[in-house]
Amino acid sequence: MNLAFDLAAEAPKFVQLVIGVAAFCAVVAAMLLLVDRVPMRQRARWPAAVLLAPALLLLGVGLVVPAIRTTVLSFRSGDTTSWVGLDNYEWMFGQPEALTVLRNTLVWVALVPLLVTSVGLVYAVVVDNTRFERLAKSLVFLPMAISFVGAGIIWKFVYAYRPPGADQIGLLNQVVVSLGWQPRQWLLGPPANTLFLIVVMVWIQAGFATVVLSAAIKAVPADLVEAARLDGASPLQLFRRVTLPCIRPAVIVVLVTQSIGTLKLFDIVRTMTGGQFDTSVIANEMYNQAFRYGETGRGAALAVFLFVLVLPIVGYQVRNLRQARQEAR
Amino acid sequence: MTATAIELPAAVDAPPRTAAARIRRRLTSRTASLVAIAIAVLWTMPTFGLMLSSLRPEDQIKTTGWWTFFSDPALTLDNYRQVLFGTSSSSGQLASFLINSVVITVPAVLLPVALAAFAAYALAWLPFRGRDWVFIGIFALQVVPLQMALVPLLSFFSRGVTVAGVPIVPAWNLDGFAQVWFAHTCFALPLGIFLLHNFMAGLPGELMEAARVDGATHGVILRRIVVPLVAPALATFALFQFLWVWNDLLVALIFAGGTAESAPMTVRLAQMAGTRGDEWQRLTSGAFVSAIIPLIVFLSLQRYFVRGLLAGGVKG
Repeated sequence: MNLAFDLAAEAPKFVQLVIGVAAFCAVVAAMLLLVDRVPMRQRARWPAAVLLAPALLLLGVGLVVPAIRTTVLSFRSGDTTSWVGLDNYEWMFGQPEALTVLRNTLVWVALVPLLVTSVGLVYAVVVDNTRFERLAKSLVFLPMAISFVGAGIIWKFVYAYRPPGADQIGLLNQVVVSLGWQPRQWLLGPPANTLFLIVVMVWIQAGFATVVLSAAIKAVPADLVEAARLDGASPLQLFRRVTLPCIRPAVIVVLVTQSIGTLKLFDIVRTMTGGQFDTSVIANEMYNQAFRYGETGRGAALAVFLFVLVLPIVGYQVRNLRQARQEAR
Repeated sequence: MTATAIELPAAVDAPPRTAAARIRRRLTSRTASLVAIAIAVLWTMPTFGLMLSSLRPEDQIKTTGWWTFFSDPALTLDNYRQVLFGTSSSSGQLASFLINSVVITVPAVLLPVALAAFAAYALAWLPFRGRDWVFIGIFALQVVPLQMALVPLLSFFSRGVTVAGVPIVPAWNLDGFAQVWFAHTCFALPLGIFLLHNFMAGLPGELMEAARVDGATHGVILRRIVVPLVAPALATFALFQFLWVWNDLLVALIFAGGTAESAPMTVRLAQMAGTRGDEWQRLTSGAFVSAIIPLIVFLSLQRYFVRGLLAGGVKG
């Protein structure tokens, strides 16, 4: 085995790191100095402008202007040189390969939030007030710290395939074989392979749902539960009639968050199948079209469609926020 | 009087449970425990299998399942040596990518935390016209998909900005890490400003007023009062951003390239999973190397993370 690692060769990177940290210190020092130079008096406009300027500039350069340009690009050709009208959108809603992508995304968005919320809710309820609650929650919570790429590899290993007769190395096929069935290549056969990818996402996100819903369950007023119990409500009735209505806002938060996250999902599909075997989703296809096939227009159109899909959620959130701010006054 | 009146029902409630009720309770709690154990096992098993496999010799990983370890135990660190320091092009050379991950992550966490803190302070405590609209705009940006920004931002880095043929901003040198830091900072700001604003807005107003009456400038108020008080919130956002940057694949693929020069570990692992999809000795150890650092950070700072989630941490 040939092993070698030359730390000296990595030195330039550390120089860059030092420069980066120095830039951070310089920015902080400059901001503090500047904001103290600005006259205080009654007017808050100038200090506010100084404090907000860098963030707003970065948001403009990094998000707002690019988003507008992407919208424009979606009406231009692959090499961005000429106007093509709605061609890119026609491709997206007309070509079978693009329609598969849209169908897959729909399946993801329909299933992931539902499954994540259900698993999280069931788990939060069954571990509530048990002796091992903290440990139990940590176990389910841990996958949230792992990258989607890492999770993809972990599950690819679970799904690993060896031909019938040979020893299986993947957990799932081992279970299948020991039940007397044939091992299968789980990730190769559409449409079921999308479901096996969805399992990975649910595995990662269930911890999020557990934590948020568990906190909500604990906030249900104790006297309410006690009163229902005195009236002879069964545990199931108690859950449906008392707990569930009380934690409705938290359930909505989980559903909304998961819907947004799922729409933009990219890493799992890219790591596990690369979008082959009819498993591609919008975000993955957008990356392929824009950065691999040089079809910038199509990539932009997919991005715009993604944006259109989250738009209602943005509207809903902004409405809630404005209500909350009005009430706070 | 009222205290006893409230305590009474609870005291009465405990003893007179019928036998049937007790059995039903025990039954449901037994199914509940079973469900809990099943989910916990299902959620831990895949990670455990990967970790154990990464320590098994190559020929065993490829021919037998990790559960056979218990009947035929054999452990080795060769996979880690190979994947981190191996010199052949197929071996991973993950050590270089590990360093890249660190170099990308540290400034990409520090910069947005500082900039978001400044902006959040202004939005929470400086009354100026249009403040609500700025805040709502930033809040809405949280949900805008990154995909909307990727193509134009890349051309901004590689070509700069020209207006009517006149260069305004020159092209960036694309070899370094600066554009990755820049991209991560931009994408982190909406969530950061929103989270920190929520925490800062909760600080007592009298405190600020008193400091201002004493002649403190905004810089002093920020340094002496706000930052110490919202330190847990800063930690929360820093943790979110650390996990996001360390685990990110999309931004790195586009802005950091795919070589050991500047690409982080996630990019390398995704490459290995694609091209050498059956080299499990490297994939398992590589995945574990990339997971262990966020796992440690996460476990030690878990309460900050939970606090952030409950405060509405949604990221675009």
